[in-house]
Amino acid sequence: MPYPELMIRPMREELTSAGFEELKTADEVAAWQGQREGVGFLVINSVCGCAAGMARPGVRQALENAPKRPDHAATVFAGQDVEATASARSLFPQVPPSSPSMALIKDGELVFFLPRHRIEGRTAEDVSSDLTAAFEEHCG
Amino acid sequence: MGTFHTGKHELHGITVVVDTKGSEVYVGRCDDMDAEKVILLDADVHTDGDGGRSKADYLGQAAQWGVFPKHRRLVIGLAGVASVRRLGEL
Repeated sequence: MPYPELMIRPMREELTSAGFEELKTADEVAAWQGQREGVGFLVINSVCGCAAGMARPGVRQALENAPKRPDHAATVFAGQDVEATASARSLFPQVPPSSPSMALIKDGELVFFLPRHRIEGRTAEDVSSDLTAAFEEHCG
Repeated sequence: MGTFHTGKHELHGITVVVDTKGSEVYVGRCDDMDAEKVILLDADVHTDGDGGRSKADYLGQAAQWGVFPKHRRLVIGLAGVASVRRLGEL
């Protein structure tokens, strides 16, 4: 059951204020995936503080500080924007669903995935470090 | 900012591996645990040798990608459990 929008708005804005395009429908996900070239960074946002509380600051740190960055970044919100989340996950059907989680998609192929269990219990700096390394490897 | 939960075991919300003394191993998100049981949400279970995969093979893949949940909620008695560990630490 979705949470009240008022409650999650700051969690959305923590990413949109960092330049993320928020995708709320399957059509928006398809358009984001279909019209872009280069490296896309997709964050599946979520409410739970057990992991997401450190995920979002880690993402922001990485995008602010990494020498190399993805060409475009988008986010869907699991549990809130159900259709968009299902559509986003269908971009990499071989990967079990988890949220929060993060994917790098290069020329249409998944090249990096950070699942929820690799975020849980870690610091924002840890998450940022993992992302920075992935950006360094996959971004131009 | 996020939501937090009080009154639960410290592993609440953490994806864990529950390895049994027998052939089964479980992976799921810990909801709660006490002296008698662990409760997992969105859990998968693997039996050693199923699909030609050992427990170690299964856990290696789970550690990289996670698991496709087959059970919304599982209650596992600790009497038959050998260990409960964070999947992220494998």
